[in-house]
Amino acid sequence: MMGSLRDLAPIVLVIGFFQLAVLQQPLPDFIGLVIGLVCVVLGLTFFIFGLEMGLFPIGESMARAFARKGSVVWLLIFAFALGFGTTVAEPALIAVADEAATVASLGGMIVDDDAARSSYATGLRFTVAFSVGLAIVLGVLRILKGWSIQYMIIAGYIMVVVMTGFAPREIIGIAYDSGGVTTSTITVPLVTALGVGLASSIEGRNPMIDGFGLIAFASLTPMIFVMAYGMVI
Amino acid sequence: MELLSSLLAITLSTIKDVIPIAVIIFGFQIFVIRRPIHNLRRVLTGFAYVIIGLALFLLGLEKALFPIGRLMAEQLTNPDFIREWSTGGPNDVLRWQDYYWVYIFAFAIGASTTIAEPSLIAVAIKANEVSGGTISVWGLRIAVALGVAVGISLGTWRIVTGYPIHWFIIAGYVVVVLQTIRAPKMIVPLAYDSGGVTTSTVTVPLVAALGLGLAETVPGRSALIDGFGLIAFASLFPMITVMGYAQLTGWLAGREKRKQQAEESLPQS
Repeated sequence: MMGSLRDLAPIVLVIGFFQLAVLQQPLPDFIGLVIGLVCVVLGLTFFIFGLEMGLFPIGESMARAFARKGSVVWLLIFAFALGFGTTVAEPALIAVADEAATVASLGGMIVDDDAARSSYATGLRFTVAFSVGLAIVLGVLRILKGWSIQYMIIAGYIMVVVMTGFAPREIIGIAYDSGGVTTSTITVPLVTALGVGLASSIEGRNPMIDGFGLIAFASLTPMIFVMAYGMVI
Repeated sequence: MELLSSLLAITLSTIKDVIPIAVIIFGFQIFVIRRPIHNLRRVLTGFAYVIIGLALFLLGLEKALFPIGRLMAEQLTNPDFIREWSTGGPNDVLRWQDYYWVYIFAFAIGASTTIAEPSLIAVAIKANEVSGGTISVWGLRIAVALGVAVGISLGTWRIVTGYPIHWFIIAGYVVVVLQTIRAPKMIVPLAYDSGGVTTSTVTVPLVAALGLGLAETVPGRSALIDGFGLIAFASLFPMITVMGYAQLTGWLAGREKRKQQAEESLPQS
């Protein structure tokens, strides 16, 4: 509770300072503001409590169970399902896909009507979800094989840079942003626990060096796939 | 009453977000792993807490922080406001320096929202646990927050000046690659991860409002092309600051050690 209060204090200070000192305007709806802040503090407290109770243990116990079972195929299918399933319904992604469709129709890349826009947005959503599924699969494979993350991420960057040169200009900003929006608040703890759990139950893997990095893949592949999508359509 | 009904709506939509995850987890647990979940009751309670927590969190943000944050982003990017604080005459063309309050706001809002980002808290807790306390929860969070702050203020500067986004991103990648070679090996994967976790529930809506507001009001910018891209800045710079943080603490520890060694060897000589 105190922790959550402290987490929130900076935002309150920043908004208060800018509203009162820079913009020199009174705070609108003071009571609503206080109620909202109380909700945020309570919510953060509950979330962190549930995180340690539910999300972290289940992620790690599943990682251990898969490691014991020794079935790589099922583990990879699980990894793909987790990445795809958590991304395809992600509200932030739906919002970005709709924006992208608007940009594409204004840029003359697709026909300017609702049907074309919605099929473009749906296509983009599935592309991103697929790319996140693939990212988690790659990341899990990396943990299993002990590949070092640097070369894979750097190769990914090189692809992003090369593709930036060929992709339509309108899609670049959206592609870069889509890397950041895909990983939601529930996916991150689960995927992190999965990676750390895997790395600690496989002999010869260091949870610090091998356990982290899944999120990094999940933020890199959408950029590549969204630019590819913009080039193909 | 209105608060309750929106709480209900948000809880339902959070549950809808959690359903695919729950189906995948429990489906694999039952059909593939075929073992009962250890402490099932506790895990389910944990999930319930996560859902309630997220719903309350989102409700509070919607009610309190987002409206005022968006309004602020609009007011701060308004040309009239910028002219008021500008040093030039009333009819001069605005220069990029005149937007300084925007950069300061971008820095402050980027840092403060990142501190409150739930997924960053989750990763920081895990990193602290796995590293055996070497990486402190607050150290990581502050390093990431600093990165987001620098990234977003640089991103707003880019929108004002209109330089192409890929120059910045590519230059950032080069720095990341160079740091990867030099930074302690242990921090690298965590640093890469911290780029992706920074931007979710709290940061994205506020930062997107700032970017779109700027792109709409700065002459010669298009909201569609230039309004995007701030999130990319916010996910790139934390990698640099987290590796930098590890490099700095490593360097300080090394210097301390050398100093101690020097002191210890002094009496004998």
